[in-house]
Amino acid sequence: MPTKLAITGAAAVAHAMRQINPDVVAAYPITPQTPIVEYFAQFVADGVVDTVMVPVESEHSAMSAVVGSAAAGARTMTATAANGLALMFEIVYIAASMRLPIVMPIVNRALSGPINIHGDHSDAYAVRDSGWIQLFSENSQEAYDMTIIATKLAEREEVLTPAMVNLDGFITSHGVEGVEILDDEVVREFVGQWEPKYPLLDIDNPITHGPLDLFDYYFEHHRQQQEGLKNAYKALPEVFAEYEKISGRKYDFLDLYRMEDAEYVMVVMNSAASTAKYVVDELREKGIKAGLVKPWVFTPFPKKEILEALDGRKAVMVLDRAMSFGKEAPLYSLVKSALYEAKERPMMGTYVYGLGGRDVTPTMLHVPFEDAIKGELDPNEERYLGLKE
Amino acid sequence: MPKYDSWKEMPIAGVIDKPATAREYNTGTWRIMRPIVDKDACINCMQCWLYCPDMAINGKVKEDGKTEMLGFDYNYCKGCGTCAEVCPVNAITMKPETEFLK
Ligand code: SF4
Ligand code: SF4
Repeated sequence: MPTKLAITGAAAVAHAMRQINPDVVAAYPITPQTPIVEYFAQFVADGVVDTVMVPVESEHSAMSAVVGSAAAGARTMTATAANGLALMFEIVYIAASMRLPIVMPIVNRALSGPINIHGDHSDAYAVRDSGWIQLFSENSQEAYDMTIIATKLAEREEVLTPAMVNLDGFITSHGVEGVEILDDEVVREFVGQWEPKYPLLDIDNPITHGPLDLFDYYFEHHRQQQEGLKNAYKALPEVFAEYEKISGRKYDFLDLYRMEDAEYVMVVMNSAASTAKYVVDELREKGIKAGLVKPWVFTPFPKKEILEALDGRKAVMVLDRAMSFGKEAPLYSLVKSALYEAKERPMMGTYVYGLGGRDVTPTMLHVPFEDAIKGELDPNEERYLGLKE
Repeated sequence: MPKYDSWKEMPIAGVIDKPATAREYNTGTWRIMRPIVDKDACINCMQCWLYCPDMAINGKVKEDGKTEMLGFDYNYCKGCGTCAEVCPVNAITMKPETEFLK
């Protein structure tokens, strides 16, 4: 029987890690990811997991240690946030190119500066091209579920690509909610035994990991990484369906909320989607056909699904919780590009919100809908929600 | 790494799944100048053999105990020209690889 616990998102993720029982976790605590590592270290200290916990002196070392561990053949995890991820950056790319299915919860936080420890998505966007799978979660339940799903997906033979599970700093990581925790055996059976493809510790079959790869094969290895992500895209519906069987919770590339006949659609990721759903309900009560699209999967980007969901709608307002200085905001530019082949292209608007943990209120999220209803969207004008103008 | 013609057949991640494959790595493909020896001028002193940084010069000790310079291993000669530089009788000339293009 699943247990319902009132816990934080960080604790929910730590419970998922406990049930996955990885061989190695190397991590450095960084706000607001710290409680994940703390809870997990407690599980290790109490002997409820078999994991070897490696307390390192920085995130660069954490990512280096997990690369070594995963290359050795161990099921390996870590967790980080913002500047910690930035410090890992170099090795983040290497983990992906070495095709090591590491799972890493990212507690989304502003990439300073100026110095800020609160939530936005600049960290996740910064590594969007690193070759990792990127899943996003609206609340603690989703963060728990996605951690388990990520493990199953990343380790599939045809995928073999590391995966990040994103949850919003403080809002999700530190807020207490009811979370349904599956039985340990159910999760254990779902993720199964990890059978590494090229374990360094297999001394009967000596191999070399991470050799120099110059102009002769580098290009080909990147093409292979692309194939891994294409295969992840193909495998996701299957993994989601398998997870639904054990949990009853249904996931997809996109969370479509009141979208059947929606004319005005907001696209937003993670926790702000909860507020947006509330706003959609308010608008629906007034007879306005509002809807919401929340991508659960950001990489591989579900371009086809976005096109299907948004083709023919009156207006699409994309909300980004980070800027891409001098360019269009990341989610907006991807959604806009997905709509290039729309038969009936909707009006589009781009909004930046909630930077550095700025509060996201229902009043604020009414603005894009109002702009759309008044026909005042401008696809080339980035607008700001809650900015001191 | 062994030779592969397509991204579909090579092991992922640059993994080298067989030992000692560095032998198959022909650094000679980097060369833009090719050393050519004039054996009539060569005095078999083996200075070139001694100085070549890539062990790309073949030689042997004959039955009479004297050394003989046998030529170049173009799989590994990177065309640095050191041999031509050190040869005391200028028996080696460096020629552009373009002259050998088919
Ligand atoms: S050109 Fe350089 S690498 Fe080639 S044989 Fe002469 S010394 Fe050796
Ligand atoms: S250095 Fe010149 S003379 Fe001496 S062995 Fe080499 S090619 Fe012959």
